[in-house]
Amino acid sequence: MSKRKAYYASKIKRAVHMLFYRRHKKPGVKGWELRKALGADYPKVLKIVDDYLKALDLQVKTVFEEEKQVEKPSVEELDKARFYVTLRGELTPKEAKMIGWRIDDLAGLATTIAYVISKKGKASRKEIEEMLREKLPRWKVGFNIDRYIRYGYLTQDENEQVYLDWRTRAEVDQKALIDMLLSK
Amino acid sequence: MQSKRERSKTGREKLQRIIEMCKSVEDRSLDPFLIDVDDVISTVKEYFPEWEIPEDLCLDAETIHGLASVIKLQSEWVRHRSTSLYTDPFLLEEKLTRIGKEEIVETFVNAWHPIVEFEQISLHSLAEAFRYWESLLPMKERWKEFPPAEFERSLATREELIRQRILQDKAFSEELENFWQELKNQVGTKGERGKIRYWDFVGAETYHETVHRAFMTSFLVTYGYATLEVHPLEEEIFIKPYEEQMAKIGEKQLVSIPIAVSAEDWMKWKRGELK
Repeated sequence: MSKRKAYYASKIKRAVHMLFYRRHKKPGVKGWELRKALGADYPKVLKIVDDYLKALDLQVKTVFEEEKQVEKPSVEELDKARFYVTLRGELTPKEAKMIGWRIDDLAGLATTIAYVISKKGKASRKEIEEMLREKLPRWKVGFNIDRYIRYGYLTQDENEQVYLDWRTRAEVDQKALIDMLLSK
Repeated sequence: MQSKRERSKTGREKLQRIIEMCKSVEDRSLDPFLIDVDDVISTVKEYFPEWEIPEDLCLDAETIHGLASVIKLQSEWVRHRSTSLYTDPFLLEEKLTRIGKEEIVETFVNAWHPIVEFEQISLHSLAEAFRYWESLLPMKERWKEFPPAEFERSLATREELIRQRILQDKAFSEELENFWQELKNQVGTKGERGKIRYWDFVGAETYHETVHRAFMTSFLVTYGYATLEVHPLEEEIFIKPYEEQMAKIGEKQLVSIPIAVSAEDWMKWKRGELK
């Protein structure tokens, strides 16, 4: 193995450990943490990791601050971004069930996310509960919303206004979801 | 023609209404275009020359701040409408209620890429944990580092207790007897029909002294030197001293009567507003 290859092989291993194992309360790693551990060329290391993961239907997902999608990010923007490993392709509903989601709960989550997006990223909890009650048992609605908040899909302020949280930004392709729903 | 005072009052009310309106738009996600910015600005301008005191100027600033928040919301609204993410909420809501659970889930899983993470212990972390465990001192040794504070114990003298205001200079029973005597004297001079109003007896020059007198009065009643007469409808309380200490107070069941002696009540009594 050439010296250069060995250099990158050790960095790739280190990057995989950091990306897969949770280091803080939330999963994912901040850009500055990767720079500290892997050096200034960490975006290049992540690119190689991403190429490796492609074969496993996984990807390195970059979530920039303030939800904006950046075409050519600067060093500062990358440092502030959070990196995750997510599924590259799609799950089937059957697989979703296998990873611990009941169809009702997942449908409730999808409906809530779509509704909040349509309301410019902010909707009152009461309105969401009313909408979910149309198709889900009353007792389950509040419980489910609390669960989505606990998982990091949603967040709620003191005025009971609901917003999308970090996990939705990392896991859900919001534009694709809305386009697909409207084409139904 | 409105007087200056009336005009200021109207202006204040208008600004308060604008602030409330801006707040409700912000808090309840109402349409920010419900507020006519030009109209608000002209109202603010109209009343601005009236403001002289800092409170009014603060109200003016708060109105401008509220309006700025609404303008920010309006700008966000326009920006959102111009993005590809904009969807008519009613259209989407209608879709969401029309399609079935299965269809929603099928759509969602096509746009959902869940995070992958490991939650397993490694040999390396186990080795780390063992190393930590080995270097960790037993609890009894760690607690040694913080020995409980030791206090020297000895008997307190009567003088020390008096200094700390736990005991009075006089013996308590002696003080109580004197207090009883004072009550009888006051009933003789200020009282009527062998009794005196509670506050007329308890009230003193200072609040501290009043509380002390209320405290002593409670013992007079408890130990059978006096009794309380409560007239709930008139909200009057009287103290009636006995000529001799009563060893057993009738066959009735004894009851506690809480009487608040707050600083506020004392002030009222001083002003002659409390009887």
